[in-house]
Amino acid sequence: MPDTGQDRPTLGDSLAARGISRRSLLKYAGYLAGLMALPPMASRAMAEALAGAGRQSVIWLSFQECTGCVESLTRSFSPTIEDMIFNLISLDYSETLMAASGTAAEEARLAAMEANKGKFILVVDGSVSTRDDGIYSTNAGKTNLAVLKETAAEAAAVISVGTCAAFGGIPAARPNPTGAVPVSEIVTDKPVVNISGCPPIPDAIAGTIAYFITFGKLPELDHLNRPRAFFGDSIHDRCYRRPYYDKGLFAKSFDDEGARNGWCLYEVGCKGPVTYNACATLKWNGGVSFPIQSGHGCLGCSEPGFWDQGGFYKPLSASVMGNNAVLGGAAAAGLVAGAASVAMARRRRAAAMAAASKPGETK
Amino acid sequence: MTERVVVDPITRIEGHLRIEAETAADGTITSAFSSGTMVRGIELILKGRDPREAWAFAQRICGVCTLVHGIASVRSVENALNYPIPPNAQLIRNLMIGAQYVHDHVMHFYHLHALDWVDVVSALSADPAATSTLAQSISAWPKSSPGYFADVQKRLKTFVEQGQLGIFAGGYWGHPEYKLPAEANLMAVAHYLEALDWQRNVVQIHTIFGGKNPHPNFAVGGAPSPISNDGGGVSATALNVTGLQEIKAVIDRMKTFVEQVYLPDTLAIASFYKDWFARGEGIGNFMTYGDFPSAGMDDPASWLIPSGVILNRDLSNILPVDMNDPSEIQEFVSHSYYDYAAGKGAGLHPYAGETAFAYDGPKPPFDQLNVEQGYSWLKSPRWKGHAVEVGPLARVLMLYAKGHAPTVELANSALKQLDLPLTAMFSTMGRTAARTLESKIVVDQMQGWYDALVANIKAGDVAVHSEAKWDPATWPAKAQGVGFMEAPRGALGHWIVIEDGKIANYQAVVPSTWNAGPRDATGQAGPYEAALADRHTLHDPKQPLEILRTIHSFDPCIACAVHVVNPAGEELMQVKVS
Repeated sequence: MPDTGQDRPTLGDSLAARGISRRSLLKYAGYLAGLMALPPMASRAMAEALAGAGRQSVIWLSFQECTGCVESLTRSFSPTIEDMIFNLISLDYSETLMAASGTAAEEARLAAMEANKGKFILVVDGSVSTRDDGIYSTNAGKTNLAVLKETAAEAAAVISVGTCAAFGGIPAARPNPTGAVPVSEIVTDKPVVNISGCPPIPDAIAGTIAYFITFGKLPELDHLNRPRAFFGDSIHDRCYRRPYYDKGLFAKSFDDEGARNGWCLYEVGCKGPVTYNACATLKWNGGVSFPIQSGHGCLGCSEPGFWDQGGFYKPLSASVMGNNAVLGGAAAAGLVAGAASVAMARRRRAAAMAAASKPGETK
Repeated sequence: MTERVVVDPITRIEGHLRIEAETAADGTITSAFSSGTMVRGIELILKGRDPREAWAFAQRICGVCTLVHGIASVRSVENALNYPIPPNAQLIRNLMIGAQYVHDHVMHFYHLHALDWVDVVSALSADPAATSTLAQSISAWPKSSPGYFADVQKRLKTFVEQGQLGIFAGGYWGHPEYKLPAEANLMAVAHYLEALDWQRNVVQIHTIFGGKNPHPNFAVGGAPSPISNDGGGVSATALNVTGLQEIKAVIDRMKTFVEQVYLPDTLAIASFYKDWFARGEGIGNFMTYGDFPSAGMDDPASWLIPSGVILNRDLSNILPVDMNDPSEIQEFVSHSYYDYAAGKGAGLHPYAGETAFAYDGPKPPFDQLNVEQGYSWLKSPRWKGHAVEVGPLARVLMLYAKGHAPTVELANSALKQLDLPLTAMFSTMGRTAARTLESKIVVDQMQGWYDALVANIKAGDVAVHSEAKWDPATWPAKAQGVGFMEAPRGALGHWIVIEDGKIANYQAVVPSTWNAGPRDATGQAGPYEAALADRHTLHDPKQPLEILRTIHSFDPCIACAVHVVNPAGEELMQVKVS
């Protein structure tokens, strides 16, 4: 149907009832559509879906985590956390923010699951302890393992927020004392989207949820099940210091002339060339800066096993830089499409995860 | 087994905490048990790694009080290596810690603690004009017109009428312990929303210096944020003219919000809950390690917050703390899910700390803990055998006891306004008020640190990092050190042992472990447990609002509090499920 550009009364009415201005919602939808490289038509569809009847139910479970991922979401500028929880979603369970505690909290989770059976989005932050039947992390007397299985069974989609939920993260770092695993190792009967990062950029969390609300499906994913819109480019490719890399101008320490001139941080260990995330484009906390702009190399925190990849201050070796087997995975995923690539991506993902979780491979 | 009131999860905190309380027939709590229910083993993960990278791992202990473990970690390595940092790096760290205090305290008050005192549903019946009168009577904050409060109320009303209560579902609305008039509730709801907006800007101080928040970057030997060189173009690094101006603007915004919103709101709300200045004391012992140096961590005289211990409320006698004395700070595991080689009754200093998982709790799913044995993943730290409370109340008392003039003046004026004696501070509401008072004390210092940084740059001193001991080849074969700080939640220490350039042992003893730990070998309760047993009567055990008030007054951070270290290196796992 051609879009005449005229106001559809339903949109304005429903927005007014929710206390949101039409302009601000369209603005956000436009921003999001641009961010995720969607066609121009998508922005109105998105605005309408976001303004639709009833807010999308979201259940947010926190397992072996540090709350940094929830904190990151509270710093989101577009949309703001207050717009999200009052206007866009119904955050029906979040231990960090919810008023209810104890029994009342458990009841809220069960009630939301019942009322939105098969329809709610399950967001998880933190890894899942599996050793000794999961006794290393319990809630309300139940293991995280049990609560995850019970909740995921009724969810429409599962989103792992943060590197711990996505890839195991720090609890799974060598020697992984509690047998921590990512959510996708437990939930295998439905797609699990990974929004990695330690923590992730809030726009990536909010954008993925908004996309699902709009289109009723998940956005296009890379070989590690990350939305391509946010994880399609390496930090290095989009870094404002890239011209210095090309010219061979490198900072040799944190505070030498090169560092003060903003030269490339490759030689002080920057992992930007092998890290796929939107830090260099979206930046952090309202676009103020991102790690490299503030002088510290990228830690590689959105990649599987980044804690065990051989040292934050060791330069990536030249062989790694030139080795297509390492860099090729994500690059190839950016080129191919179609069913065959899905199977390929899956194999690649399995290989990447296996390599990352292999203890002792720290050289 | 006695039937207990169980609150699990305790929400609106960091981490995973369970409280069990035994009550008399009238609902009075006779004893309480605090249990941390999640462990990751980060100290074990740190072993064998490069000490210069420890901060990144340690920082992931917590993403709420993000920064604190990063700071304590780099300080521990610098202490072990005797590695001085440039004055600018010290100022940058002070500014970052200051921003963390004020951000953390305001978010705790409005987003984690307020719903214990503020009835959101009652705000629907407030008169916006009367709310405006109330707001204008306590503050010059401009967002205070009748129309403004009417808009907030309308937004809330629309939200409630939609029938999807989201984060407010299942709250104890209408509980008789909620005492605020409807207008005060509406004002607080408005400020809940404003604080969410305000905090986004505060963290930009971390972003400029550390690249992002949560989890900004640090470096052993200083700060990793070089000051932009004119020759590299004005935008060579984030720490340029624009960045410095933004920091200044954020400091101003922080100060205004603390003075015109947070402080007046705390006093207004507290005035309706004066009975909460008479319960929830806890232990009556307080400890600080000290922080905010003006001349480096090696010169205690230059610290804004002094170090010391207060026992039995005696502010006239401040006892010194020696973090290296093996007989002073010790951790016990009698009621924790760990074992010691020397037996469960032993107490170990952090340098000699050891931990082996030894879960002896009930098999999940379970209804109740067995408190006769292990019941928490937290250990029980003690100072010379004493349980002590750490945090904002400990710091305000320490500053007051030492005669810090701005603290004395501020505390006296607040107490006068509430018509309460100094002893009222030994309470649930005293703890909450202390957090507000110290936010004012810290934010007032930030302009000075900023001015000093700018003055140094003007004078040509742009160094932020020292290379002196960056190369591990310059290190001794063996070194050990302690890095400490005053985190928003209290005294934090990281002890590190370095051998042949690698971490041989790493131990963090954190604020919430001091406050939330279980009983020790002698049966001595931790501060949470003692505070709940101090004059709490549950109106309705199914709505344990009273428990939440006192637990939240400590601002729990449980991911921080749980930790593990194993100096022997091998994995020691003993699982006994009873």
